[in-house]
Amino acid sequence: MDFPLYFLDGIGNRLMFAIIAITHVLINHPLAIGAYPLVVALEFWGWRKGRADIDELARKVTFVLFLVTTTLGALTGVGIWLGAALIAPFGIGALLRIFFWAWFIEWFVFIAEVVLVLIYWLAWKRWAEGRMKKLHMGVGVLLAVMSWFTMAVIVAILGFMMGTGSWTADQNFMSAFFNPLYAPQLLFRTAYAMLGAGLFVWFLQFFFTEKGSDLRRRAVRFISIWVLAWTPVCAIGAVWYWGRVPEAARANLDVALMTQKYSQWNDSFLLIVGSIVGLVLLIALIGTIRPKVIPHFVLIIPFVLSLYMLGHFERAREFLRKPHVVADYMYSNGVRMDELPVFQRDGMLTYATYVRHRTVTESNKLEAGEDMFVLACSRCHTTTGVNALTDKFNTLYGSDPWDEAALNAFIENMHLSRTYMPPFPGNDKELGALVAYLQQLQATKRSVLGAQTRGVDVPPPRATGTASN
Amino acid sequence: MNIPYILLTPPVPRDLALELPLDPFSLEILLVGLFLLHILFVNLMVGGAILTVFFELLGRLSARYDRLAREIGKTITVNKSLAVVLGVGPLLCISLLYTAWFYAANGLTGNGWILIVPLVILAFLFSYAHKYTWERWTGRAKQHHIVLGAASAILFMSIPFIFLANINLMLFPDRWTEVSGFFSSLQIGNVFPRYFHFLTASIAITGLFLSGWFSRKNFPMERVMPTFTRPEVRRMFYKLAFWATVAQVAFGPLLFVTLPSVGITFELLAVILTGVALAAIILAMMWKEVTSADHRIGRLYWPIVAAFTVLVVFMATGRHVYREASIDDHRQLVVDRTDKFQAVELATLMRIEAGLGVGQATATGPTGESVFKNCAACHAVDKVLAAPSLREVYSIYADNPSGIVDWAKDPGVKRPEFAPMPSFAHLGDEQLELVAEYMLEVGAPEGQDSGSDGESM
Ligand code: HEC
Ligand code: HEC
Repeated sequence: MDFPLYFLDGIGNRLMFAIIAITHVLINHPLAIGAYPLVVALEFWGWRKGRADIDELARKVTFVLFLVTTTLGALTGVGIWLGAALIAPFGIGALLRIFFWAWFIEWFVFIAEVVLVLIYWLAWKRWAEGRMKKLHMGVGVLLAVMSWFTMAVIVAILGFMMGTGSWTADQNFMSAFFNPLYAPQLLFRTAYAMLGAGLFVWFLQFFFTEKGSDLRRRAVRFISIWVLAWTPVCAIGAVWYWGRVPEAARANLDVALMTQKYSQWNDSFLLIVGSIVGLVLLIALIGTIRPKVIPHFVLIIPFVLSLYMLGHFERAREFLRKPHVVADYMYSNGVRMDELPVFQRDGMLTYATYVRHRTVTESNKLEAGEDMFVLACSRCHTTTGVNALTDKFNTLYGSDPWDEAALNAFIENMHLSRTYMPPFPGNDKELGALVAYLQQLQATKRSVLGAQTRGVDVPPPRATGTASN
Repeated sequence: MNIPYILLTPPVPRDLALELPLDPFSLEILLVGLFLLHILFVNLMVGGAILTVFFELLGRLSARYDRLAREIGKTITVNKSLAVVLGVGPLLCISLLYTAWFYAANGLTGNGWILIVPLVILAFLFSYAHKYTWERWTGRAKQHHIVLGAASAILFMSIPFIFLANINLMLFPDRWTEVSGFFSSLQIGNVFPRYFHFLTASIAITGLFLSGWFSRKNFPMERVMPTFTRPEVRRMFYKLAFWATVAQVAFGPLLFVTLPSVGITFELLAVILTGVALAAIILAMMWKEVTSADHRIGRLYWPIVAAFTVLVVFMATGRHVYREASIDDHRQLVVDRTDKFQAVELATLMRIEAGLGVGQATATGPTGESVFKNCAACHAVDKVLAAPSLREVYSIYADNPSGIVDWAKDPGVKRPEFAPMPSFAHLGDEQLELVAEYMLEVGAPEGQDSGSDGESM
């Protein structure tokens, strides 16, 4: 809130960010973390058997991996940084201060990863014989290790955002690695990446091998054994992870509503994991015994399902994290838990930087209310777009003009009845302003422009004096 | 220090309430060092993309340049990936050191900022397409191939521009309120002179790089570019680097003159003048190389590279000195404001811990009225909000408060016109009993005088 706030009042900030982050995960897990080890295994196998055609298949697959991971994969990774600076500058700023060294190490690993990808692909034909070939495979192995390592660090940070463990007391970021979710999440994601890679490369090889050829038969068998080996690990990881969630998110799950949501997820979760694992095992088994039987479109089904499973995990993780961006420390709208009582007593506008008015009056009520909306709600809601407040209140109170007292009562207590939302971070007058603004919004449906289009305002200089108390 | 500047009353945000993970000075060193590494590859990426298209166009006149263009194009693959990956480190450092300034600039130019992601992806994909279709798109398709290369070069050139606009805007907090959108931010500071300075530097550095790259021993010149000789290529790129550096001598002063005066200090002047002197030495060395005989050319290559490195270090330090000086006063305001706020926050927290409250009734134990806040969003006395009114609740539960408790712990679905009521089991029996009593009290037809209405309704 002490930053000019970027706001997309149509698709919403969250969706914009989710598109970047999910693309990254969906590419990075199967195509980088999972597929490089698989390709190196293929290369090794071809080398042991002295078969140039297997080597060539591995090379072609690597070309595809290279094209996708160095563009979409790497850039959506950087995009997470760039996007977070817009949708939650306070959150990413705080996390960066906590995790600087972790991220710094992670960055070195990322550099190593990129350099190794470049070498692995560009040197394939040049390092083809004798010792050089071994060196090439060595580069591949190292690449696989580095890709995995980047994930190992990120998973710690993700777990930390859900439960800070002892961090609030000792401010030591290593506590993230002792998070109860850490090990199971890492196991699950690793196995998931391997599995997804198997399905992806299996699909891809159809384009590089000929129908009925010996190469295709062997490749399919090889990949199905790979998939067969990783599927149970993935299932174990998933169940272990899921079982630990309540422990990690206890603060949230204590609340009945969360428990309801969780048990709904729990049912669908068991269904999803069960059916994917069953299906994948079946396909991989057939692939092992009768490699020719499986046509390529069949592979799309478990691949898409497994992407869906990952999406399910990410969504549940995000939801359980709410209303915080850093558990026990900062809410998703950037208000720290410690400053909340100050805002509720003196008013948030009093201390905010980029707002039009310091105090609410009868004449500035609507503008002040809009600013309160931007500060308190806009990180999660839009006015009339995705997750729109107009829709939300319409479902609650119908489409007749909303009752002032009801809106007041709702917002004042929203953190009690809807525990995924932070408390309203302002005083009574600001609440009144927000309510007046919302009532006007219901009538006009006028959308709000973010700092990236409208710019920012600073209240008149005299008021700045008050602000610096 | 700079009085007119202070009078403009810039926005003074509060900083984050966490310590930096490293002392500012070390962070500054890290930032400058890592940034240099990053910008080197950015220069090579942008310069490479421009020169590839340039020589491919020349190749329409004389086919030998097409071979050369292709070889330059191949260097982009590695350089562009390194440029991106090496950018993350300085990005982390700058976000830490200048959190309130950098993120403010990002937010104010948000759409341009986030466009970086798709633009870079496109630039990379185009550059791959350009590289891997070189042999296939010949004859009539050659035109398309050149257009593809030009498109990727333009994309490559646009990305540094967006970054530069941000780095520039963050220096001028007193002008932030004038910005509305990426394009309007370009009027502030001196984005364009800086950008041209950067582009010419890219050509100079890429020229110097290629001069060494193509004359290295294991470069298969005879196979891939048989119509060129090493000294010839070497001289050509030396000349390019030379003239680009000369052009810098023109852009340099322009850059300096257009710098807003807030950050100009004697230190900055000293750093820049030293840089200019170095540039003169480099130019002399390069000219010596250009004019020396074929068998002697290349002797000064590494000394030139070394001098260039020093020059770039000076320029980067100059930038940093300017940045520090221009936000120095403002940073002091931010620190003061942050401190003052934290004092208020601490005092409030201590009051709460001492049981004094903050001025709101949070310290006393729950009453029926206070627990009812959980319900008030949907239930009102006479009105139907998102649930039956208390009058109706009374009519059902008048003699049965524990029925309300049971319901609230495990609400059923009776009335299809409402969204279902969430469970409130987490409040516990004690609180639910209080609220049940309260509901019946205020919901009773003759009970309005019990004194508990008013603001909660
Ligand atoms: C941490 C993010 C977050 C913030 C900040 C936030 N909300 Fe919400 N809100 C949510 C989520 C998530 C939902 C549930 C969406 C759904 O229906 O799945 C929700 C739902 C709602 C609902 C509908 C509740 C219901 O039971 O149907 C209303 C009304 C609402 N929010 C109002 C607000 C207002 C007003 C603010 C600002 C004062 C606000 N929210 C701030 C996340 C947030
Ligand atoms: C999200 C809105 C909401 C909140 C908050 C809420 N209720 Fe309800 N309540 C409802 C709805 C909707 C119904 C009607 C349900 C139905 O009939 O399907 C209802 C019905 C009731 C009833 C009548 C049950 C009956 O037998 O008809 C009682 C009693 C009740 N609520 C108590 C409470 C109490 C106590 C609280 C606070 C602790 C509370 N409610 C909070 C929405 C809410």
